Amino acid sequence: MVTPNPEFAKEIAAAGGEEVKMCFQCGTCTAGCPSGRQTSYRVRKLMRMAQLGMKEEIINSDELWECSTCYTCVERCPRQVPIVDIVISLRNIAVAEGHMFPAHKKTASNLVAYGHTVPVQDKITALRAELGLPEVPPTVLANDAAKADLEKLFKATGFDKIVE
Amino acid sequence: MAKYAFFLGCIAPLRYPGIEKSTREVCKALDIELVDLTDASCCPAPGVIRAFSKKTWLAAAARNLALAEKEGLEIVTICNGCYGSLFDAAHELAHDAELLAEVNKVLAEIGMEYKGTTKVHHFAEVLYKEVGVEAIKSKITNPLEYQVAAFYGCHFLKPSNIKELDDPEDPKILDELIEATGAKSMPRKQKTLCCGAGGGLKAAFGDVAKKFTQTNLENIKESGAQFIVDVCPFCHLQFDGTQGDLGYSIPVLHLSQLYGLAMGMDAKDLGLSAHITPVNL
Repeated sequence: MVTPNPEFAKEIAAAGGEEVKMCFQCGTCTAGCPSGRQTSYRVRKLMRMAQLGMKEEIINSDELWECSTCYTCVERCPRQVPIVDIVISLRNIAVAEGHMFPAHKKTASNLVAYGHTVPVQDKITALRAELGLPEVPPTVLANDAAKADLEKLFKATGFDKIVE
Repeated sequence: MAKYAFFLGCIAPLRYPGIEKSTREVCKALDIELVDLTDASCCPAPGVIRAFSKKTWLAAAARNLALAEKEGLEIVTICNGCYGSLFDAAHELAHDAELLAEVNKVLAEIGMEYKGTTKVHHFAEVLYKEVGVEAIKSKITNPLEYQVAAFYGCHFLKPSNIKELDDPEDPKILDELIEATGAKSMPRKQKTLCCGAGGGLKAAFGDVAKKFTQTNLENIKESGAQFIVDVCPFCHLQFDGTQGDLGYSIPVLHLSQLYGLAMGMDAKDLGLSAHITPVNL
């Protein structure tokens, strides 16, 4: 038996997913979901669980992370529910409570360490030179001051704590 | 001459520099001036970084948008992920003064401000809408006779209510851009199916991501296409890097590389040695 928890709706709204209340459970989303064809992820079910306030079940689930953010559901939703935004909001809540896959932590750590999500590789640096491109891409990678600014920005938003 | 701030992102410059090189050469040939957006970072990635902390995603995206605003330039990206992040962030910040004020509180810590004016474009959009298919045809010096699979990916066209570029269920832009080179874009099943890499799926559930890729590869093979032509380095990486394991060998080119070839660039300047699935032209 599920006890509805209206407090969670407020939490979702604060994370940017207020429109989850618009969903009337038609299932068009699940019918077109390419991930749902391969996994136990069911978009309609996730929206219903969110409406009912089943926070612990959602933030502890793998399914929350099986959406590829392809927007097929958003395009077809007859109520124009911004489903991907809601999935993102639910993921933000999960991460804030410490639920994060090691591979995702690695991606986030790369961003903090380099300002990019993938690290520099020697063979690519060599190929850049061969192609007549600057060996270091003309981005934050080439400017220590800009890199320091970015680190400050990550501290200001608390992102540095997420990757610890 | 059209002029844009060139947003590099991560995967093109750091995994497939041939895409960056080809874009620079193709834009030169089409009289588009690209100004490097020096100091820019990752967009940051819409399906992962935004999923971890929307606040961080928006602030870092706003920092990138502010760098272009300071130069008085609109942004062009060569990646659906970068396009997704920067377009969405610019859209949100242009329509929500409160959110913009919040983001500016973060930017103030590094002595920056974003006024909310930067416009963001995709490379393929600029080619189609600003240059135009007919003008492109006049620049083709090496007409191509290949049969290819147009791979749109997701965040180029979707969400379509804010991007308004093409029909997301039955798009034509990329097919027309491909056919401008003389190549034929082959019809196939489930043409708009996601590559599988997005939303953190590739990192956390690589086997699930590969099932998306496999369905696409099977449909592409059945269509008779000799190449996959994409507009996103992340789709590019997913197709290029996983199909060996899946038992396929269909070379993958970014639209910029196809154009480089059709506009007479030397094949060695396309950076094909970075490709895992061999490209034999």
